[in-house]
Amino acid sequence: MKQFQVICFLVLSLITSVCLPVQGFATEVSTFSDEQNTHIRSLAASCAACHGTFGNSVVNNQNIASRSTESKGANAVLAGMAVTELTEKLLGFRDGSRKATVMHRHAKGLTIDEINQLAAHFSKQQRIDKSPIKSEILKADHE
Amino acid sequence: MNNHFNHQNTHLSGFNRRDFIKATGAIGALLLSHNGFAKATKPPLGRVVVIGGGYAGATAAKYLRLWSLGAIEVVVVEPNTQFVSCPLSNLVLGGSKSINDLTFGYDALKTNHGIKWVHDKVTTIDAEAKKITLSRGELSYDRLIVAPGIDFDFASLPMLASAEAQNQIPHAWKAGWQTVNLRKQLEAMPDGGVFVMNVPKAPYRCPPGPYERVCQVASYLKTNKPKSKIVVLDANAEIISKKGLFSKAWAELYPGIIDYRPDHAISNVEVASKTVSTEFDQFKADVLNVIPPQRAGKIAQIADLTEKDYPWCEVNFLTYESKRVQNVHVIGDSVAAGLPKSAHMATNQAKICANAIVQLLAGQVPDPAPVFANTCYSYVSDKSAMHVANVYRYDEAKKIMVSAEGGGVSLSPSEKEGEYAVAWSQNIWADTLT
Repeated sequence: MKQFQVICFLVLSLITSVCLPVQGFATEVSTFSDEQNTHIRSLAASCAACHGTFGNSVVNNQNIASRSTESKGANAVLAGMAVTELTEKLLGFRDGSRKATVMHRHAKGLTIDEINQLAAHFSKQQRIDKSPIKSEILKADHE
Repeated sequence: MNNHFNHQNTHLSGFNRRDFIKATGAIGALLLSHNGFAKATKPPLGRVVVIGGGYAGATAAKYLRLWSLGAIEVVVVEPNTQFVSCPLSNLVLGGSKSINDLTFGYDALKTNHGIKWVHDKVTTIDAEAKKITLSRGELSYDRLIVAPGIDFDFASLPMLASAEAQNQIPHAWKAGWQTVNLRKQLEAMPDGGVFVMNVPKAPYRCPPGPYERVCQVASYLKTNKPKSKIVVLDANAEIISKKGLFSKAWAELYPGIIDYRPDHAISNVEVASKTVSTEFDQFKADVLNVIPPQRAGKIAQIADLTEKDYPWCEVNFLTYESKRVQNVHVIGDSVAAGLPKSAHMATNQAKICANAIVQLLAGQVPDPAPVFANTCYSYVSDKSAMHVANVYRYDEAKKIMVSAEGGGVSLSPSEKEGEYAVAWSQNIWADTLT
């Protein structure tokens, strides 16, 4: 019981301290004290290499004019996607009924439960219009 | 729990902003006022110091800030002022990318997430006192993340250890000026010249990387210097990644250009004449690219994080905490794992590690069953690419990450996957650096 009180105090003190206006935290819905989400948030974060931070892909059909018709729709923005839409797509990739280039490799490695949780997770993320990062000139002092 | 809390409190009050400024000097002070850290009260969960701002380190720093909702103070120590991507850097050799397409600043990452940044080198880690020494001061930590990438082991090739020798014979295995140098040497090579490169003994950074490099150089030579040849000296018994796909691409796209020799470890290099020897043969090159054997980053060796008979770092795959040193976590290419040393893998390890550290510092239990995905593209020409993709899952019995069902490689390379690879790079750069 004493342990529980200490945890409560710790968590409370954390919650009050996070009200500071720090940029960049608005899009994350879960908190570190929400144990339910810690498994799925790191799995979901793994999708970022192709689908962007919290599912906000910087590549979409609008800003990549040079893309061929074939790859239109790939690297989709997952943030804010309806739960049913993402679940259906992932299950389709998983059972082979949906045509895939690379997504079948991932969907087949996931459990049904993980697919449902990922869909729920991404549906709750705020959709933000993001552009690719701008590159710069390599400086002389770099190795 | 009570003890933990008290300890935490005492420790934190023992290290304040003044110490931080003292430790980092004028640059640190400038950063503090510029980014508004001075306004914030002390974060209640403690401080994590991250050594290295590559894919692994930068990602860990960002996600520690995000997932702790700002309750963890994060300080990154990085000697370079710019981030240069190794993924896609082989395309600089092929000529379809410039190094300036792959170079990025750290400003967005720092300001978006309130990450403190120290431009310096770490010289030692004192795990007992939980502090690190920099060239210009000290920093204390509650948890330390070590993400230094790879270090080259020149023990078997001492003649290549100097900067002068590497100017003649670049490795170009850390993207930067050596990549530019190697491209210039290829441009200056006469038609009919011989390009010789090697593949070091595995494990090394980016398993398909050397074979992709062969494709990129072949693509450039086929168009611009069609009488030229490539000799590939592989220290391994065979092509170790995407074997069928690379063999097919070499035969179909670059017939007669590539002379591939398995089981050919380099035993000697004569720098001036660009001549390499293997056990039985000698090859004279017009342009020579030697990728040295590799081991965990220097600071990992200094801090006794590497194994005695194996130069990589053993970790607990639930937290990435070192098996040798408490409160020190290792992520990225330095980790000893039967997993590819890829950028996507480095960011995955960073996220599992960040997730676990947030839990640990909050007095909670880390995720007991982490899962993540890895996608790695290789270009076989200027436009066509192919993937290897797998989901990895923690195996409770083996205590390692094992690949799940359904993973594998492309049936064949395609321009469509070339576009996916571009999208991959743009998303992983934005994820790591903004």
